[in-house]
Amino acid sequence: MIRIFALILKRDLAVLLLGRGQGSALLPILFFLAVAMLFPFAVGPEPRVLARAGGGVIWIAALLAAVLPLDRLIEPDLTLGAFDQWRLRGIAEEGIVALRMLAHWLAFAPPLMLAALPASALLGLPDHALARIELSLLAGTPGLAALGVTIAAVTAGLRGGAALAGLLTIPLAVPLLIFGAGSLAAGGDSGLALAAAASLMLIALGPFAGGAAIRAARG
Amino acid sequence: MQASPPRLLAQALACRRGERVLFAGLGLELGPGEALHVRGANGIGKSSLLRLLAGLARPEAGQVIRQGAIGLVDERPALDPHLPLGRALGFWAALDGGKSIAAAARLGLGELLDVPVRYLSSGQRKRAALARLITQPAMIWLLDEPLNGLDAAAADLAARLAAERCATGGICVIASHQPFALAGMATLDLAGFAP
Repeated sequence: MIRIFALILKRDLAVLLLGRGQGSALLPILFFLAVAMLFPFAVGPEPRVLARAGGGVIWIAALLAAVLPLDRLIEPDLTLGAFDQWRLRGIAEEGIVALRMLAHWLAFAPPLMLAALPASALLGLPDHALARIELSLLAGTPGLAALGVTIAAVTAGLRGGAALAGLLTIPLAVPLLIFGAGSLAAGGDSGLALAAAASLMLIALGPFAGGAAIRAARG
Repeated sequence: MQASPPRLLAQALACRRGERVLFAGLGLELGPGEALHVRGANGIGKSSLLRLLAGLARPEAGQVIRQGAIGLVDERPALDPHLPLGRALGFWAALDGGKSIAAAARLGLGELLDVPVRYLSSGQRKRAALARLITQPAMIWLLDEPLNGLDAAAADLAARLAAERCATGGICVIASHQPFALAGMATLDLAGFAP
């Protein structure tokens, strides 16, 4: 079973990192950087304002970037019939969804955390704030990945599923945003802990909700 | 794999799509070496019956008992369109512990292993799906319109593969509106079970 999961994870990673020839893992990261770059243009280059708001901007940019790849997470494999073939081989949808969450996080979070370096430079954030942001992203992105895959499973097979997925994800990600961005304020350790807790909860629920959604989509 | 002989049993099966009952009171029993041709007009529920037999859909009424692993070929080959055929088949072969190269050669796809799946014709894709099927250690084959897009030679080959599966103690259920050349095959006409 471990061999099978390793094979599926390897394939998932290849698909998510290199894309299916319709945009790769790089797009959300570029989008993230573009949002971080736009902010100083919009509010002006005042360093105090940027330093105060910059952490929150990075979190919002991360959240928006997380919405971009949603339609590539579950829908293509459902259309291809791959989920049916896995089912026939006795591989449960829950397992596939859990692996997809891991693969999505691996393809999405480390590049995002790397991109947070130039983004924080664009916003003129001090070093200690940058360390804080990286920690909060580490705590919050697993939850974003789990939520993304779950919503992608729920909306797979629906007409206009991609737009609906974004609309559903953003409000449900509000706790992650509050705790993640909140941890950047002074004495934000509890925010960090709560962001990690929200992540853990989404990771624990995601495979079951996503698996049930895929079985229901199959009809 | 050979622990217990394969068996496929359906009792009082009913299937509904939306508001419409497609068929009801359908029963069948298949044992080692047996084959069944499911016939009927378009939309009568051939594919739905196969999905019920595979356990991919829940019947409106009745039950399906299956002993043995199921292999399914339908209109979706489950091969990543952006990957070269060899690697797309290799993924499933690795999962199933089989050899994809030999299977691809058997289906006459040896020349196409470097071609991305999206550039294959529908007949070539169907052959690729059959190559995926023969690497899979499944004793029960469910083939949904296996001849669609296949030329005469490939259709002969598909029939031979099904005959081999039956000769080695397997079960084949073929849903097709076309004639399928398989000796000793029973026929089930779904029109007889429409409400």
